[in-house]
Amino acid sequence: MAEPLLSVRDLRVTFPTRRGVLTAVDGVSFDIMPGEILGVVGESGAGKSQTGAAIIGLLEPPGRIASGTIHLEGERIDRLSPDKLRRIRGRRIGAVFQDPLTSLNPLYTIGRQLTETMRTHLDLSEAQARDRAVALLGEVGIPAPADRLDAYPHQFSGGMRQRVVIALALCANPRLIIADEPTTALDVSIQAQITALLKRLCREHDTAVLLITHDMGVIAETADRVAVLYGGRLAEVGPVDAVVNRPLHPYTEGLMACIPTTHDRPPRLAQIEGSMPSLRAMPAGCAFHPRCPHAFNRCVAERPPLFDHPPSAAACWLWAPEGARAAPRERTAS
Amino acid sequence: MSEEPRPGVILADDGTEVLVRLRGLTKHFDVSPPLLARLLEGKRRRVLKAVDGLDLDIARGRTTALVGESGCGKSTVARMLVTLYEPTAGDLVFEGSDIGRLRDRRALAPIRRRMQMIFQDPFASLNPRWRVGRIIAEPIRAHGLMDDAGAIRRRVSELLEHVGLRAHDADRFPHEFSGGQRQRLSIARALASSPHFLVCDEPTSALDVSVQAQILNLLRDLQRELGLTYLVITHDLAVVRFMADTIGVMYLGRLCEVAPADALFARPRHPYTRLLIETVPDLRAPDRDRKPMAGEVPSPLDPPPGCAFHTRCPWAAARCARERPALLPHGGPGAVACHAVEEGRLPAPGG
Repeated sequence: MAEPLLSVRDLRVTFPTRRGVLTAVDGVSFDIMPGEILGVVGESGAGKSQTGAAIIGLLEPPGRIASGTIHLEGERIDRLSPDKLRRIRGRRIGAVFQDPLTSLNPLYTIGRQLTETMRTHLDLSEAQARDRAVALLGEVGIPAPADRLDAYPHQFSGGMRQRVVIALALCANPRLIIADEPTTALDVSIQAQITALLKRLCREHDTAVLLITHDMGVIAETADRVAVLYGGRLAEVGPVDAVVNRPLHPYTEGLMACIPTTHDRPPRLAQIEGSMPSLRAMPAGCAFHPRCPHAFNRCVAERPPLFDHPPSAAACWLWAPEGARAAPRERTAS
Repeated sequence: MSEEPRPGVILADDGTEVLVRLRGLTKHFDVSPPLLARLLEGKRRRVLKAVDGLDLDIARGRTTALVGESGCGKSTVARMLVTLYEPTAGDLVFEGSDIGRLRDRRALAPIRRRMQMIFQDPFASLNPRWRVGRIIAEPIRAHGLMDDAGAIRRRVSELLEHVGLRAHDADRFPHEFSGGQRQRLSIARALASSPHFLVCDEPTSALDVSVQAQILNLLRDLQRELGLTYLVITHDLAVVRFMADTIGVMYLGRLCEVAPADALFARPRHPYTRLLIETVPDLRAPDRDRKPMAGEVPSPLDPPPGCAFHTRCPWAAARCARERPALLPHGGPGAVACHAVEEGRLPAPGG
């Protein structure tokens, strides 16, 4: 088997506050293979954005990586100096965020932002960088790219700006892109354009993607594998089809069932009672046990490790080798 | 609930009662540069046609939904309905009386009591300094529905329990509740004046999916128990599918298509409706090679002539760029504003 491109092991991200230390990401481990799209889903507060920020070294202070390791192509990157991290960001890991305006400098033309980023990381002349910028803008679907090079971010629509951000993320040929809710701020018809674009470009450039989103539909159509986070912990990870249609973890099962679809109109939606616990009041044992219909004594007392159940793995006592469930159940149509 | 005498009940062609009837409803916003700039720099007046001639009937006891992308005017319609905006032109008839141009507070009060709005952001729509009991009792006090403090307290308890909270939550502050619970509080407040009509503007867009399911189930339960009429405004087609009986699809201030929900999803007729439904990623039936709709929504300040969708429509012809299509039945359930449908030159859906 090939070496993973990115390997995250037992990552813990904490925020020291006056009222104690909050653990936003709590022992999360996963791998991304070269060229693979790994979806990370979860509800607000699940720790998905903090996981992405930790990998790319952009945790907002006082947030910090308290323990765990992150390896990129075999090299440990979680303890690099800010200077070394800056050289990895852009060059080896690109980023696309929800709001394109946070990634673009309003005072610079997009041509300048692209050429500067390329020349920081790659050995290119100004003319070469400009040529490459035009080619990239064309690739991401900006009409008349040569004329748009001297335009400022505000002269583009939201969808076009996100295309520019994708060009910017790709311009130094990174091996990995972290895309944090890249389509959430866009209209539905534009969302589909951007997802399709991201998918196509990453295939063509053989770039892996960590796709962070709350939209399971986008994951189902885009990702190869998916990691489901709950309360800062990994609940389940596996191939998209398995996680959507044969979920192991009761949380995943509930999450998939409660998503409305355009294909039918059930009299009621399945619902998970209650809401995600706050980071200040994380329950003992399995974080999901207060809402779990299958919880038993052990779930209250002891935090479950990730149990392998190929092709997926779930952090749930039901899937312990001596556990209650022998095989995943096909999700019944709701 | 006591029923007021309702003058002039409107019946639709199929005999259902129409609670709200919109005819040619229009809202233009003047977004011109200041007078001096117009005089000195020769800048022209600019008018944003947020809603441009909307015809729609909202049936009593049912859910009607307006869907569309940002800038299509759906929220402006909602605001006109609850009399926050005055229409530029057209009729807005609610329970038999034209309320579009009513501006007198005293005349509006009994109408406002019978219609309430639920907003998208439950963090912004609840006063953080008031206890929940006071927030929910406000419509009761404002409309003078009850005087006795004990009776009000009992009514607040009843409302809280009705939306799945507990009576003693009345003593807490909004910040002590999660997003989903706050949306329940908004619903309890909206129900306090025993309205007939609820306008829900993106009621679950700010919520997580597991909480969204709770709120959508609650809204449907309440409709069944209280016989409420809903207008749901949203961009989320899956939410619309779950909630709506009738759906209006809006694009740049106009309706492209109105149809019963089942028909709209089974056989969408307007090219925009088709592309919109085809474009939404679906968990149950993922299509990894889905083709996105081309182009972007043009600026509502400068909408294309003729059919506003012709610039993105794969079936557009010369007539579409020239002549604005009227919303007509063209033989199907509902109505559609499309020359290609009228001329029968649209291929079968999915083809």
